[in-house]
Amino acid sequence: MSDIFFPLAVFFAAVFTNNILLTNYLGMCSFLSVSKELETSAGLGIAVTFVMAVTTALNWLVYEFVLVPFQLEYLRFIVFIIVIAAFVQLIEMIIERYSEGLYFALGIFLPLITVNCAILGASLFMVIREYTFMTSFFFGLGSGLGWFLAILAMAGIRQRLRTAKIPAGLEGPGISLVIAGFMAMAFMGFNGMITIS
Amino acid sequence: MAASKLKKTFLAPLGKDNPVFVQILGICSTLAVTNKLENTMVMTLGVMFTTALSSWTLSVMRKWIPSRIRMMVETMIIATYVIIVDIALKAYYPEMWKQLGPYVGLIITNCIVMGRIEAFALQNKPMLSLVDGLASGMGYAYVLLIIAFFRELLGTGSLWGYQILGSWWTNWSIMIMPPGGFFMLAIFIWIVREAILKEGHHE
Repeated sequence: MSDIFFPLAVFFAAVFTNNILLTNYLGMCSFLSVSKELETSAGLGIAVTFVMAVTTALNWLVYEFVLVPFQLEYLRFIVFIIVIAAFVQLIEMIIERYSEGLYFALGIFLPLITVNCAILGASLFMVIREYTFMTSFFFGLGSGLGWFLAILAMAGIRQRLRTAKIPAGLEGPGISLVIAGFMAMAFMGFNGMITIS
Repeated sequence: MAASKLKKTFLAPLGKDNPVFVQILGICSTLAVTNKLENTMVMTLGVMFTTALSSWTLSVMRKWIPSRIRMMVETMIIATYVIIVDIALKAYYPEMWKQLGPYVGLIITNCIVMGRIEAFALQNKPMLSLVDGLASGMGYAYVLLIIAFFRELLGTGSLWGYQILGSWWTNWSIMIMPPGGFFMLAIFIWIVREAILKEGHHE
């Protein structure tokens, strides 16, 4: 595969075949607790996608131009978390200042995002897999969209389930995990479409 | 008096306040490694080390931390211990370090660590916080070890890398693939919750 298309292949792989939630179990906490309503899930999904795409690219720059030259790679956990937290804080301040509507729609989700393991996870995967800058950006964007897709589907299914009769012990997180398992199986159907090493 | 409180602090996270099946916290980073018993063991030891020591450290410092920047300080403390785990693994157990990949670093965002600090260590003495952190880590560890036990056994017919089941056994490959983790955790939560509900009816 030529170099120009590699970022695109990584993008599609991150959305479908290597979905960060359904194959790596990242971002489960907010996935299980927020997926009750379709609208809030969509809001959180958009926020996660945006933050993940930008922070993965930012962290790539920081890693490549600050941590590697000074041989501080072992500090990456702390540095990545700080970059993510600072970026989220900055976005919160910007949208609070310029768009009140957006602030009320997305503002409440932003603090939740700093502790979303999928965001840090995307940055750590990017380092381990030695992606280039463009690939990292598309990987972050794809992982975010994949997460968005998964939580949206889950919220839709859970809304339908509201009237269903579920065994008492399985209510809440139990049934959500079963659904997530079936979704993971469904996504396995995409396997073989794109293979990246 | 003090001993009984210590005991209570130790036992609660193992049973009725278990972080995994009662509070549904922190499954993110560790569920991914439960397809092998050995990986799970190493990973949960890392989580126990981090929760116990970061709870203790924060409890020692709790009177001097300004509440506005509390979260940032907590994250720094947790990240420090995670880096220790990461470096130690890389130095003494490089194959395992490679297999666990990014998941060691993701202990930082594991909700249990931060959750215990926020809920317990901020108000309690260092020793008690250490015990609470350790016990929460253990409550978490045994649940994941049970899940890993079944996933590895059913998925590959082996345990800890040794073949247990004979050639008559057909591997359930789904168990070591991602859906297996979701299903096992769901079944585990289901069984435990039914048992808790039943107990509630008797009382």
